Amino acid sequence: MMSYSSVNLDGLSQKLINAYQKGFPVCSRPFLQLAERFNCSEQEVIECLEQLQQQKILSRLGPVLDHKKAGASTLAALAVPAEQLDEIAEIVNKFEQVNHNYAREHDYNLWFVATAADAEGLKQCLTNIHQQTGFEPLVLPMEKAYHIDLGFEINFSDHHGEKL
Amino acid sequence: MMAQPLMSELQSSHLTVEQYSQLFTAIESGLPLVAQPYLALAEQIGASEEQVIETIKEWQQQGLIRRFGLVIHHRKLGYVANAMVVWDVANEDIERVAELLSQQKVVTLCYRRPRFLPHWPYNLFCMIHGKNRAQVLAQLDEICRVNKLQTIDKKVLFSYKAYKQRGGRYSNTQLNKSATSTAATTTRNK
Repeated sequence: MMSYSSVNLDGLSQKLINAYQKGFPVCSRPFLQLAERFNCSEQEVIECLEQLQQQKILSRLGPVLDHKKAGASTLAALAVPAEQLDEIAEIVNKFEQVNHNYAREHDYNLWFVATAADAEGLKQCLTNIHQQTGFEPLVLPMEKAYHIDLGFEINFSDHHGEKL
Repeated sequence: MMAQPLMSELQSSHLTVEQYSQLFTAIESGLPLVAQPYLALAEQIGASEEQVIETIKEWQQQGLIRRFGLVIHHRKLGYVANAMVVWDVANEDIERVAELLSQQKVVTLCYRRPRFLPHWPYNLFCMIHGKNRAQVLAQLDEICRVNKLQTIDKKVLFSYKAYKQRGGRYSNTQLNKSATSTAATTTRNK
């Protein structure tokens, strides 16, 4: 088994993850609302989320933005020789505009998402990445969203034997 | 407990342009984990809690915020097989295929993107997250079989290393520099 299976979450963590990847309450005491739903205290909810954050399971509690409405954004890829991949990935990582950056199995093996306040800023960022890495990005902006990421249900049962 | 806001504050959710952009920047890094997180944000930007709540609700209605809640690092929960499936779909068929893929429970995202011939013929992208490679490939095979998509040329690009994973930041000004440090994970899986 992989090391990830050592992460063993309590019932409250599991419920929070599967119930609130979307629709988190926007009201004065949101954690109290969650606590009432799950029959625990407001402080327990907050501590649970803090713990998830410390475990680096919770990236953040907040909005996922519509890329088109929030600014300019694109998926891009570089085709990098395997032995240079880590080095080039670190150069790309240094750009504040880059948020996701993954190695994937293809000739185009470094895939990243860049965001900026406007199209001009995005173009400049991609030009800089080209110049600093020596590789020309394949630029693949979203043209139409058919289905957007709204979070998905985590199956906690198959490696801990504990169901919700 | 904080004092209740004055009625005059309740009547207007309008923030100044500066406050608006400050709130946007602050919220991109996530809510503070305190009993009244919107009040904490309001204090950062010199506004009332009601103004912050109303503004966030407006952003949701306008579609600027497409979801609001826990953003999870799936790898930590065992979802280490992250497949980007790219399809070369005839232009006249793309809407139909995209709708079919979008209906699949395991597909979390489905976008049309431009081709770049001759290097990149793929115009439809979808994501499947699973706990292992075999499970994801089996799910994909099943989707193709049930929906008769076997004849469409596709490639499955599994990720094998995450160099960086965090939310996008659109704001020019960084209010919370400390909170924006990159969560660069170099997690090898496989």
